[in-house]
Amino acid sequence: MEFNIHSIVFLIFSVITLGGGLGTVTSRNLIHGAVYLIVSLFGVAGLFILLSAPFLAAIQVLVYIGAIAILIIFAVMLTRSMTRMTEIYNRQWSLSLVVSALLFVLLLVGIILPVWGPGTANAALQPSELVATTVDLGVAFVDGNQFVLPFEVASLLLTAAMIGAIVIARDRD
Amino acid sequence: MNFIDFTDPNVMPWLIPVGPLLAFFIITLVTNRSKLIPATSPEYGGHHPDYDGMLVPVVNDWGRVASILVGLAGILVAWIISLNVVGQALATPHFGEQVFASSIVWLDTGLTAFRMGVLVDPLTTIMLIMVPLACTMIFIYSIGYMAHDPRQARFFSLISLFAGAMLTLVVADNLLLLFVGWEVMGLCSYMLIGFWFEKESAYKAAIKAFMTTRVADVVMLLGIVYLYSLTGTLSFREIVYNEAVLAELAATPALLIGGLSAASLIGIFLIVGTIGKSAQFPLHVWLPDAMEGPTPVSAMIHAAAMVSAGIYAIIRMFPLFAAGADPSHGVLTPPLVMMALVGAFTALFAATMAVAQYDVKRVLAYSTISQLGFMMAALGIGAYVAAAFHLITHAFFKALLFMASGSVIHGMEHGEHHVHEHAHAHDHAGEDEHGESHAHASHFDPQDMRNMGGLRKTMPVTFWTFLIGGLSLAGLPLVTAGFWSKDEILAEAFYGGFTRNYLGAHAIVFIALVLAATLTAFYTMRQLGLTFWGEARTEEARHASLGRGIVSVTMTLPLIVLAVFAVAAGYVGVPSDFPIFGAIFSPEHNPFHHFLGPTLLEPPGTHSFNWIPVLFGSAAALGGIALGWYMYWRKPLQAGEPDPLVNILSPAVFQTLHNRYYIDELYGRVFIRPAQWFANRVASEFIDRGVIDGILHLIGRVFTWIGDLLKVLNQWLIDGFGDGVAELIEAFGYWFRRLQTGQVQQYILLATVAAILIGLIFAVSTGILQAAGG
Amino acid sequence: MVPLWMYLFVAAALFCIGAYGVFARRNAVAILMGIELMLNAVNINLVAFWRYQTPFVMSGQVFAAFVFVVAAAEAAVGLAIIISIYRNRRSVIVEDVDLLKW
Repeated sequence: MEFNIHSIVFLIFSVITLGGGLGTVTSRNLIHGAVYLIVSLFGVAGLFILLSAPFLAAIQVLVYIGAIAILIIFAVMLTRSMTRMTEIYNRQWSLSLVVSALLFVLLLVGIILPVWGPGTANAALQPSELVATTVDLGVAFVDGNQFVLPFEVASLLLTAAMIGAIVIARDRD
Repeated sequence: MNFIDFTDPNVMPWLIPVGPLLAFFIITLVTNRSKLIPATSPEYGGHHPDYDGMLVPVVNDWGRVASILVGLAGILVAWIISLNVVGQALATPHFGEQVFASSIVWLDTGLTAFRMGVLVDPLTTIMLIMVPLACTMIFIYSIGYMAHDPRQARFFSLISLFAGAMLTLVVADNLLLLFVGWEVMGLCSYMLIGFWFEKESAYKAAIKAFMTTRVADVVMLLGIVYLYSLTGTLSFREIVYNEAVLAELAATPALLIGGLSAASLIGIFLIVGTIGKSAQFPLHVWLPDAMEGPTPVSAMIHAAAMVSAGIYAIIRMFPLFAAGADPSHGVLTPPLVMMALVGAFTALFAATMAVAQYDVKRVLAYSTISQLGFMMAALGIGAYVAAAFHLITHAFFKALLFMASGSVIHGMEHGEHHVHEHAHAHDHAGEDEHGESHAHASHFDPQDMRNMGGLRKTMPVTFWTFLIGGLSLAGLPLVTAGFWSKDEILAEAFYGGFTRNYLGAHAIVFIALVLAATLTAFYTMRQLGLTFWGEARTEEARHASLGRGIVSVTMTLPLIVLAVFAVAAGYVGVPSDFPIFGAIFSPEHNPFHHFLGPTLLEPPGTHSFNWIPVLFGSAAALGGIALGWYMYWRKPLQAGEPDPLVNILSPAVFQTLHNRYYIDELYGRVFIRPAQWFANRVASEFIDRGVIDGILHLIGRVFTWIGDLLKVLNQWLIDGFGDGVAELIEAFGYWFRRLQTGQVQQYILLATVAAILIGLIFAVSTGILQAAGG
Repeated sequence: MVPLWMYLFVAAALFCIGAYGVFARRNAVAILMGIELMLNAVNINLVAFWRYQTPFVMSGQVFAAFVFVVAAAEAAVGLAIIISIYRNRRSVIVEDVDLLKW
């Protein structure tokens, strides 16, 4: 691995992402947790840009941060319980820690490193200089031979979800 | 199947027993309607004399009348058909070689078949003249005699069955059917002797009769079986009318007993049966006690039917007894000798007992035993026509005598009631101490002749008919039927014993029978004198009468009819060379002898007339009558006087005779008590309760114990196992459901753990992990 | 450029952090936030593989886009449900919603 600007930026964004994630799951105050989430999502957006997917980075910020995270904040505000001095972890937090760690280790050691890790054939793989553009992404969404159908279905899904959410959450008076 | 021609004389005899048998069934099942009323009910004026303290079945009037009519109809039908058959038989020439017979296959036994059927030969014909007539008279008599008995309908059903059985026996063509009729009559005699079963003496007498005859019947059955095993048939025509069969039986030596031929052994067995049925010594003990039954029963059993059946069976099988010997020439076989001796002895023996009896029916009972002895003795010496003749005449006059004595008893009971009513009236006039009618200190016996006397005045018809019957029994010469039949027996005995000098059995028979005839005449006159002559010795006798109305008519009419026969029946058997009378009645031949003779293969011949037996017989009869007249008629007994015979014979002898030589007591000690002891101690206590019940109880206990064991096993093992499994599963379920916490995060954590595990397994199995771990 | 496995590393780590949040947090909204982290980890994975393996076939990015759609829909509905539960019970502690308990 070379230490160039690419790597440093990658490192910074990784730390932002992971740090934000850790903050989300360990914060007592849920608003803090939501903000940590936003930070983590920003990190993910940065990683997207590093990966030559600018459109996705934009979508990440707009949708995830702008909509979903805000939605979560709203939800937090709407579901404030009177007593805030409650435990944040449940009875199985220790087991969960172990399981999560175990999962990570297994993923790493069992899959990632053996297949793509250093010392394997795939490690020498370099990404190509040329890469598809946003135009190609747009074409893919509407091309009859590509992903137009899933695209339309996705919109149906969103419509249904919206209606459903409204139906579930509306005031019943 | 073609329509059966019942007018054919071969077939008509089947119908003869049908009438009374059908009457039995109809009465028993339909018309005998009774209900039970306590004996103290007002129906009987508060007290019924015979059924103290019991429930009495009362037949309603409709049932009673209907039963009487049905019973009468049955016997009348039998009588009419019998007359028809008899008429046709008499009209047939050479009847005997030619017979009326028909039979059906009753039991198919492979190669052969056992046939049952009817046979009408001369012997049967003669029986068919006597039996239905006598039975009809008895039935008519019973209408009146049993009129006050609540169970009259039952009585008629039983005598119908009795008559039906007798007629079956008479028309039977084989020994088995005869035996069937024999046994049914035994049953009927039991039920009829014990008709008034509330009286201890009555039911005991019934048991005695049945047991005694049963002992004899078993032996008889042995004889029948033995006969069947040797010849393969029991049909009369095939055995006694068949030279070959008889000769063979005579030639075959008997089993077990050496020196006898098979025919003789069979004969002896059959004779034992008759000894029981016809009450000869030593099985005579039941007949006097059988007087406990109503008088019509006595008439039927002891005159017309049952005892006659015994003699009839022997006459039937006579050639079998004579097989191997020639009785007409004085050679006798062992069974014949046995019959002669037993008969002669019994005749004399019973006559001695008859002279010392006070009960009017007892005298007649012993008289019957004695007369049957006459018949058996006659058969023993081969005079079978004479025996048959005496059977017929005896049936007539004995039935007459019994029924007349029944009338006497009825009259005496009437007198008894009369006296009690008067006593009541006198009592009620004064203080009312005794409310009951039995105010006498000692019970009045209406049958005791010492209480009678002078009855000729109040019961004239009964007196005259009784007199005629008695004289016939005594054998008054020339004018009574009894004389002719008895004379024939004596003639045969004398002829064989002295004229031909066979001596031996013939001579013994002659002497014994003459003596018995003398005694017979004597005790008959004694009976007549004590009962009818002189003055009434008691108040009851003074008022004895039959009254008026249908009761008296039905009770006197049969007496008159039978009296006619008691006189006239003798004239069919007059020997043709008898002075004067022979010429009148039997110009060509003795009708009876001529008719009956062909029953046998070799008809017996007649002997020329001899004065000596006639004189002896007449002397015996007249001598006995004179003696009786002298003792009881010339100076009739006064009230309170003892019987003069007691002093003449000495009281001890008289008592012995009166108590029948104490034979009953002997039998009781020797046979009855041991049997009872055996039944009680051995059979009942030891075997039945001890062994059998013991085994059963043991088995019961064992199985109960096994059951308890299994119950415990069941509880522990099976229930335990079952319950245990259930509890185990329940516990497991309780434990397992704690998995369902409802906590979603727990579920997803568990799912993740499971996924990791699967991944690990996958990784290990495909070797990825090993490649990485190294 | 950074080797592929480093992106995968980050994605795996983020996934496991999100998983821990889902397993261990009591508040339903916090669990939802954990879910969002996990979805994002997935997206990183997808895009990394797209870039390094098949940069000219758009299915990688298209898949990631659809993951966005689904995540959004699911977040909306999920939060609606949480609000509905909160209205009923005045609490969004997931531990208390154990109606499926035996």
